[in-house]
Amino acid sequence: MKRTGAQIVWECLVRQGVKTLFGYPGGAILPTYDAMLGYPIHHVLVRHEQGATHMADGYARASGKVGVAMATSGPGATNMVTGIATAMMDSSPIVCITGQVGSRAIGSDAFQETDVTGVTLPITKHNYLVTHAEDIARTLREAFYIAASGRPGPVLVDIAKDAQQSSCEFDWDAAAPRLPGYRPDLRALPEEFARAVDLINGAKRPLILAGHGVMMSGARQHVLEFAERAQIPMALTLLGLGGIPASHPLNLGMMGMHGEAWVNNAIQQADLLIACGMRFDDRVTGNVKTYALGAKKIHIEIDPSEINKNVRVDVGIVGDLRETLDELLPGVKSADHSEWLDHINEMKGDSAVRDIQSLPDTGHLYAAHVINDLWRSTEGKAIVVSDVGQHQMWEAQYYRHNDERSLITSGGLGTMGFALPAAVGAKFACPEKEVWVVAGDGGFQMTMAELATIVQENLKVNVAIINNGYLGMVRQWQEFFYEKRYAATPLVNPDFVKVAEAYGLRGMQITARSQVKAAVDEARAHPGTVIMDFRVEQEDSVFPMVPAGADLHAMIRRPKPKFDVMAETGADAGEWDLGSK
Amino acid sequence: MPLHTFVAYVEDKPGVLNRVASLFRRRAFNIESLTVGHTEQPGVSRMTIVVDADEMMARRIEANLYKLVNVLRVDDVTDRASVERDLALIKVAVTAANRTEVMQLADVFRARIVDVANESVIIEITGTEDKIEGMIDVLRPFGIIEMVRTGLVAMSRGAATVSPNPPLVAARLPAEEVPSANPALAMSV
Repeated sequence: MKRTGAQIVWECLVRQGVKTLFGYPGGAILPTYDAMLGYPIHHVLVRHEQGATHMADGYARASGKVGVAMATSGPGATNMVTGIATAMMDSSPIVCITGQVGSRAIGSDAFQETDVTGVTLPITKHNYLVTHAEDIARTLREAFYIAASGRPGPVLVDIAKDAQQSSCEFDWDAAAPRLPGYRPDLRALPEEFARAVDLINGAKRPLILAGHGVMMSGARQHVLEFAERAQIPMALTLLGLGGIPASHPLNLGMMGMHGEAWVNNAIQQADLLIACGMRFDDRVTGNVKTYALGAKKIHIEIDPSEINKNVRVDVGIVGDLRETLDELLPGVKSADHSEWLDHINEMKGDSAVRDIQSLPDTGHLYAAHVINDLWRSTEGKAIVVSDVGQHQMWEAQYYRHNDERSLITSGGLGTMGFALPAAVGAKFACPEKEVWVVAGDGGFQMTMAELATIVQENLKVNVAIINNGYLGMVRQWQEFFYEKRYAATPLVNPDFVKVAEAYGLRGMQITARSQVKAAVDEARAHPGTVIMDFRVEQEDSVFPMVPAGADLHAMIRRPKPKFDVMAETGADAGEWDLGSK
Repeated sequence: MPLHTFVAYVEDKPGVLNRVASLFRRRAFNIESLTVGHTEQPGVSRMTIVVDADEMMARRIEANLYKLVNVLRVDDVTDRASVERDLALIKVAVTAANRTEVMQLADVFRARIVDVANESVIIEITGTEDKIEGMIDVLRPFGIIEMVRTGLVAMSRGAATVSPNPPLVAARLPAEEVPSANPALAMSV
């Protein structure tokens, strides 16, 4: 059948199963927008193209399906760059479709022309410039396939205006992907499995490092079976949270820069690390020269280029985690490791059983309390989309994620402004789920224009702003490493309650700990979106902390005078913990 | 660091050279030389890439090249019996008095004189990089006016070449061992 290039775009999206996409129209993509009305796809009009990419990303992370964003040429496409880079760093499958000036005008510095494939080359898994209608169908099929397969990632398809306008024969079946150089399904050699099994069965102090890959590969049950059979404790990366239930007795919690001390110490003392779908990011290793020196290392990873990139390993197993464990598990023997587990428990001390709720109320509102009450109120069942900064780390420490895809956050790129639009995408992916944004006062203002999108789409997405009047994480670094010279970190903020009201939403301001739980309950019961402005302690810091580049075991611990409640409770400051486990 | 020579087969599509060059730039791999040209197969180009890299980095380069969707196959021919050739055109200043001497030198190196003018000659030389370096050293005293080199191209010897689905070697450890743990820093239970 004969179709215009613009119609082919929608024919393909429908066949790819796309129900919702996020975009912003403009001149070079106008033919495609004009054809949209004839197709059963819901278009969400964003307020900034960055928002569209974060929404597609949030949609992808919440659903496991490919998210789609659309924008025009030039500024529309360049506004997508941050969102694309975010998706790239966190291996999130999105397809971005951009309009391009007419093919004959390419290279002439035409109005709103940008070399978008050039700009996004290093931040996409792959990208395309399409100048003929005949190539659109195959290109889009390839784009979806590449985005979702292997190690997922963003793919951009830039379509010249004349390719959208001209007509050609559309044949879906004939347009099957033709990718002779693409290898998403690599498998390791059998001898690697044998070496891994030997190391696992011989280990005295083994530890599983579980990353984003556990969730992406659907390997939760496999990893749990592995851990339970061989009694191996598990430490999680930030993006791994939720991949393994927080309540699992072998789950130690988050590792890395703001991981708990016993987790990082366990890594440093292990004699075998089994890395599952994680990439030894500098935020989890600290100084690689002193990282887990006593440990043999097995790296199970779908992307071969990650193996031996940051940390040298003894066995590298390339492949999908679930399939790999299928092959590995029959060789793994039951084991006890009670000595090792007891030792870790000892390191945990009683910090693991202290309960944040039983601490006396001193009139101060700490972010930890807000997150903890949010967790209690939602019974841990919400999708929490966190932004980037201190609140992100507190969320990771105090909201206990049992469910997969229940924490969505920008880990690799650390994109402030990610949370609000990503939450919109997550809500479209899971309309039946309760979705919460946890953002700082800084990051929230980067993309708060998307509140209008929430209103236009009539969404219920609650927003908890952890408002400390600072760019808190940067302030913390200034406090620790720059002699408290607070250059450019104090913020003068708008009245967020009034901001909410200006958008026709409900706003709340919470200043005392005693109000938190009731306010959260009230916001949950409210039919529309609620913006909650939590005025928390201004100069609070995230502990423990491994300074950038320091040894993983060289953590800055919670200091004594930081919480005045301690004088009253007589708690030991060194090990005092707000009951994160 | 030692030099590694890779032969990469890539799809002959716009922007592929850019993708490869961009990869080397953003991963901070040092390109010594890069050549690209057609192959016996329509739609497939061949690159010879010489990189300054140790064994570990070479494995990463190989894996990263494979990650590019348009890259069909990568061979590290560094330690393989192969023919390596570079071509140079060298314009040398000559006088009536020393022209014969220069031409004799070219003869010794099995180079060819491809242009003769009153005050210069152009010498074409093909060979390994060492041989060309040797020729340049000898010609320098006469005065090299201009020079251009193609960069290295390489091909492995014998009939054996293409395996249709090359095993991916990134997971393989290089021959050298993982550095042993420093007992002073390693903690134990």
